[in-house]
Amino acid sequence: MSRRLSFAAAVAVSMMFMSLRASPVDVEAMPTPGLQQRYDDLTHELRCMQCQNQSIADSPVGLASDLRRDVREQLIAGKTDEEIRTAMVARYGNFILFRPPFRSGTAWVWIAPFLLLILGVFVTVRIVRQRARMVESDASEPDDSAEGGTSK
Amino acid sequence: MTRFLIPGLIFLLLAGVLYVGVVQSPNKSTMQSALLGKPAPAFDLPTLDDPATRITSAQLAGRPWVLNVWGTWCVECRVEHEVLMEIAGQRAVPIVGFDWKDDDDAAKEWLRQLGNPYDVVAVDKDGRASIEFGVYGAPETFFIDAHGIVQYRHVGAMTLDIWRREFLSRLPKQALP
Repeated sequence: MSRRLSFAAAVAVSMMFMSLRASPVDVEAMPTPGLQQRYDDLTHELRCMQCQNQSIADSPVGLASDLRRDVREQLIAGKTDEEIRTAMVARYGNFILFRPPFRSGTAWVWIAPFLLLILGVFVTVRIVRQRARMVESDASEPDDSAEGGTSK
Repeated sequence: MTRFLIPGLIFLLLAGVLYVGVVQSPNKSTMQSALLGKPAPAFDLPTLDDPATRITSAQLAGRPWVLNVWGTWCVECRVEHEVLMEIAGQRAVPIVGFDWKDDDDAAKEWLRQLGNPYDVVAVDKDGRASIEFGVYGAPETFFIDAHGIVQYRHVGAMTLDIWRREFLSRLPKQALP
């Protein structure tokens, strides 16, 4: 890899991480760094129900700011992360979690990508084998290659 | 034969997934309430008519009631208002309004101009009570039974059809108009 390319890759990767933590919509700070860390983590893993593909940390809409206030107040009241998540799910359902829990209803969300991956590997292997066999059979037939057939 | 079996299966799988997606697409943005079958959250809010008077969930216990979350900033609420007026005219069940994150004067003006379908309007200025109900976009309408259990939630503008099918049908028979 050329030096310029690896530099570009490094920039791209660091930008990716920058965007993960930037939350320009939120200005209120938590009283301690520990609480701030937990607040940042929680608000980044809760979905904004109005905008759906943003976390409540990233969304400027009113409901997201209300939910951030709720998280902030619960943290200051001494609730654990799990208690706060449970309270959110009780009101908005599992959909509010970007990382849904593994249950019978949500199992397919977790399993489907792996099933598709296995299916993809299976199909690829089949196609590659088939092609290999075609090349072999082509090679064994001199007439075919003489006509400028499929083998290269 | 097997040449067509796997692509065929993949096609059927994909067709199935897309079919479900298309059939459910009208409901794509309306999630089932997490509160269904659970007790409605308790609340204690000032009323729009008189901030000194409060409306609480305890006052509503013992009979079915309907909660409609609205705001003057909400376009769909304007759309459903006529339907709410017609529903209120049936007097089948008390309708409680949550005026969600709204301006009191604007809300009063709205009800004066368009009519007031609510038996009582609670002012949820900071949105806390609505969050407890899992509200994510106005208008939302809930049916709460006589035991205080949330039986149904409709997201979006109310229609007479939905009202008949999902709300009136949940009322005890003798209460039907």
